[in-house]
Amino acid sequence: MKFLAMIAVVLTGGLLIFHTGAFPDFGDANSPANTYLSPYYLENGQADTHAPNVVTSVLADYRGYDTMFETTVVFAAGLACFFLLRRKQKPGDTPRMYRHLPTGVTLHIKEGGTLPAEDSAVFRRLDSEFVPHQIIIKNTCRIVIPFIQIFALYVVAHGHYSPGGGFQGGVLLAASFILYAISHDLRRAIRRFPEKVAALFGSMGVLIYAGTGVLCLLFGANFLNYEALAPLLGVSPVMARSHGILIVEIGVAFAVMAVIIWIYYNLSSAGKHDEGL
Amino acid sequence: MTLPIDLAILTLVVISGIGALAVKDLLGASIVFSAYSFLMCLAWASMGAVDVAFTEAAVGAGVSTVFCVAAVFHTTRRTKD
Repeated sequence: MKFLAMIAVVLTGGLLIFHTGAFPDFGDANSPANTYLSPYYLENGQADTHAPNVVTSVLADYRGYDTMFETTVVFAAGLACFFLLRRKQKPGDTPRMYRHLPTGVTLHIKEGGTLPAEDSAVFRRLDSEFVPHQIIIKNTCRIVIPFIQIFALYVVAHGHYSPGGGFQGGVLLAASFILYAISHDLRRAIRRFPEKVAALFGSMGVLIYAGTGVLCLLFGANFLNYEALAPLLGVSPVMARSHGILIVEIGVAFAVMAVIIWIYYNLSSAGKHDEGL
Repeated sequence: MTLPIDLAILTLVVISGIGALAVKDLLGASIVFSAYSFLMCLAWASMGAVDVAFTEAAVGAGVSTVFCVAAVFHTTRRTKD
């Protein structure tokens, strides 16, 4: 079986490599992609959408319909992870470790034992794999995380002018939360950004995107033709397209951030949302 | 000028791709895979596709490595084959 798979892989790879010679050269001005659509985008992108970054104007405006379904696919991935992995668990089902803070004694409480109160000031929950005090890691992350989040917001808001946009900004926001969950512990991250909020933000992001499209329909234009929003936003049609791109990017950022955090919660705790990495 | 850089990046991409498949330790494989993603990010950047490079750096080298490590943490660390 392994031998057959090897032959199939080598054959497919060989065919692919053999036919790369037929592709146009990198940056060839006469290739089909560069003679038909690209010149239009490059010549009219700035005038149509007031977005100097052509990639953003293509992704969120000219090809907005594709991007809407990409956002939906991201949300569906989050839902799939949730349905596959999530397990409900009662507090006394598994052994737990606590540290008694005044004495520094570590307690191991077996299944069915009495657990201290959730917000107890004397007992602190520990992960069952022993984790020493990592004061340097915790404090470094505490300093770095706000800067990552500010940079993420900059990437979302500045997507018209520089590389980036909703997807990259959302991933950076999610990365800051994952860093928090790794450097502190998963329970604290879940307290900051609960699972229900993640699900709500994910669906809200898709709703913002699709809702913008429906709003354009209601104003009598095509789906996702942001020019129709000009009277609502009180700007010229070109600026309305620029603002429409921003609204849609914010929706993408919401969805991507929430879904990546949600997948991380489910993957890192095997669906129990109890003890993470 | 950029041709030697491109050749170096592509050679390293191929080496790290084969390495990610050949390593028996799955934790090591996911780290090598993250190196592969980072090299792909460099390749995109050298082709002038900065948006794609940014996404590759954030998703490929960052988040997906964390997901792989989380999956390895809850399954086994050694491959069966």
